[in-house]
Amino acid sequence: METKVEIKQLCKQFGLLTAVDNISFQVNKGEVLGFLGPNGAGKSTTMKMITGFLTPTAGTVTIDGYDITKQPLEVKRRIGYLPEGAPAYPDMTTADFLDFIAAIRGLSGTKKRQRIADIVTQVNLNNVLHQPIETLSKGFKRRVGLAQAILHDPEVLILDEPTDGLDPNQKHEVRSLIKNMAQEKVIILSTHILEEVDAVCSRAIIISNGKILADGTPNELEAKSKYHNAVTITLRNSTHNQVEIRQALLDVSNVHKLETIEETAQTMTYQIYPKPNCSIVADISHCAREKQWEVIELHAEKGHLDEVFRTVTTQS
Amino acid sequence: MSHNLWVVFRRELSSYFATPIAYVFIIIFLFLSGIFTFYLGNFFLRGQSDLLPFFSFHPWLYLFLIPALAMRLWAEERKSSTIELLLTLPITITDAVLGKFLAAWIFTAIALILTFPIWISVNYLGNPDNAVIFAGYLGSFLMAGAFLSIGSCMSAVTKNQVIAFVITVVVCLAFILSGFPMVLDFFSGWLPQVVIETISSFSFLTHFSAISKGVIDLRDILFFFSLMAFWLFATAILIEMKKAD
Ligand SMILES: Nc1ncnc2c1ncn2[C@@H]1O[C@H](COP(=O)(O)OP(=O)(O)O)[C@@H](O)[C@H]1O
Ligand SMILES: [Mg+2]
Repeated sequence: METKVEIKQLCKQFGLLTAVDNISFQVNKGEVLGFLGPNGAGKSTTMKMITGFLTPTAGTVTIDGYDITKQPLEVKRRIGYLPEGAPAYPDMTTADFLDFIAAIRGLSGTKKRQRIADIVTQVNLNNVLHQPIETLSKGFKRRVGLAQAILHDPEVLILDEPTDGLDPNQKHEVRSLIKNMAQEKVIILSTHILEEVDAVCSRAIIISNGKILADGTPNELEAKSKYHNAVTITLRNSTHNQVEIRQALLDVSNVHKLETIEETAQTMTYQIYPKPNCSIVADISHCAREKQWEVIELHAEKGHLDEVFRTVTTQS
Repeated sequence: MSHNLWVVFRRELSSYFATPIAYVFIIIFLFLSGIFTFYLGNFFLRGQSDLLPFFSFHPWLYLFLIPALAMRLWAEERKSSTIELLLTLPITITDAVLGKFLAAWIFTAIALILTFPIWISVNYLGNPDNAVIFAGYLGSFLMAGAFLSIGSCMSAVTKNQVIAFVITVVVCLAFILSGFPMVLDFFSGWLPQVVIETISSFSFLTHFSAISKGVIDLRDILFFFSLMAFWLFATAILIEMKKAD
């Protein structure tokens, strides 16, 4: 795998506040890295250092072998950046703005026109081409920002909260756009929406107070959840004794704990937690068949990302 | 001129015309030039065919108009956060600072060129020395550049355009007044002659009136260019230091 982005011991100090505290990670081509963290965690500050807007207090950022402080132009050429809030010149029209960005990116002539036309179609901006950006809705403004960032087909794409403030349809569109580009690029996006990580990211880093607290694929992070591999079972309440059933479930091997979700005259629902790193769904299913319970529903949980997020970010 | 400087310059210049700023500025400039020249300057009564009254009011006209033009240069970029976009594009700070400054400077040149009816009138009414008038225009253009470079620097300091405006007016006023006889008389009582000469050598008035009388001295031209270089260099340093504040 080709390493495109390399961050080493990155720090940023604002007066007494340490906004980014010794962060290191690498990202390879093809990865979509989600930067996850509560507000004020240091996500934007990290991105501003990667894109060369802020100078790090310490540490290095290397893109494709170029150091951001030593060869800023080489790095900036390779990056497409959507800053937080998608800033754009308010009195320019969409077309003029994209033309300006394309010119700065070194495109000209037919190549420039072709590229702008492609992007405008891809991001769906045809209807607002000749409208001043200040008159655009939030969703369109965000799309103009995205168009600007991907105009030169950058190797590295940095998106700060690309779907913030968009409606569900717009979110879906932006996510499909990101997924479609993922293969040939490195994409780093920040978000505090957890479903986004599952939807688009191949890897997630959770940061809080400027520190990395977890780094892994969404599945790996979910495995840290106490719900990981927990089994939920719903049974029809026939003649069976509830106490007996609970005991039977607890007796299945590797079961750690049982929680009663609901016991009514018709049905009973339990959540059963395994001992660490064990899978119990097969054994529970076997037990239910043996005892001839009437199973309405039985499933194993992958784990809850939001619960992992909350646990991890509140511990520190 | 680098390609990126040119692209920034073009965007910036057309942005003046995308808003009412350009038209308001030009109309006020032409209107006040006219008033100053024809009424306050006794254009007709003087019985002389030159544009001296026209040019002698330019420092005062610029004192308020140029800071109004310059205050948005960087303050606006900060306010709309586009500074983050601009400075993460593959351009140097020099390209950005110079491109913006040159656009504003060329814009004032356009306003200056649009005063041509005054020049036509004076040629119609009499027989002026057009070389002197040309020198006047050159001096005025250079002085506008110096005012703008100060404004650019003050605009880089703050996000607040009103503050940028006020500080620019104050600094520009200092540069005008330092050549004023009244001010120099005030100092001459207690400061050594060398210091007074230094103060007056920084005056826009001294250098501008020399040029506008038709005496194009390389030193006067150099004065304005070094002043612009100094303030633009300061702008670049301030932007680099304070871009994210
Ligand atoms: N220019 C700045 N000056 C001072 N403090 C700042 C500045 N930018 C960000 N911060 C502080 O740094 C911390 C991290 O901010 P940020 O990176 O924007 O967080 P996030 O994007 O994760 O919400 C916050 O406490 C914020 O107040
Ligand atoms: Mg942020």
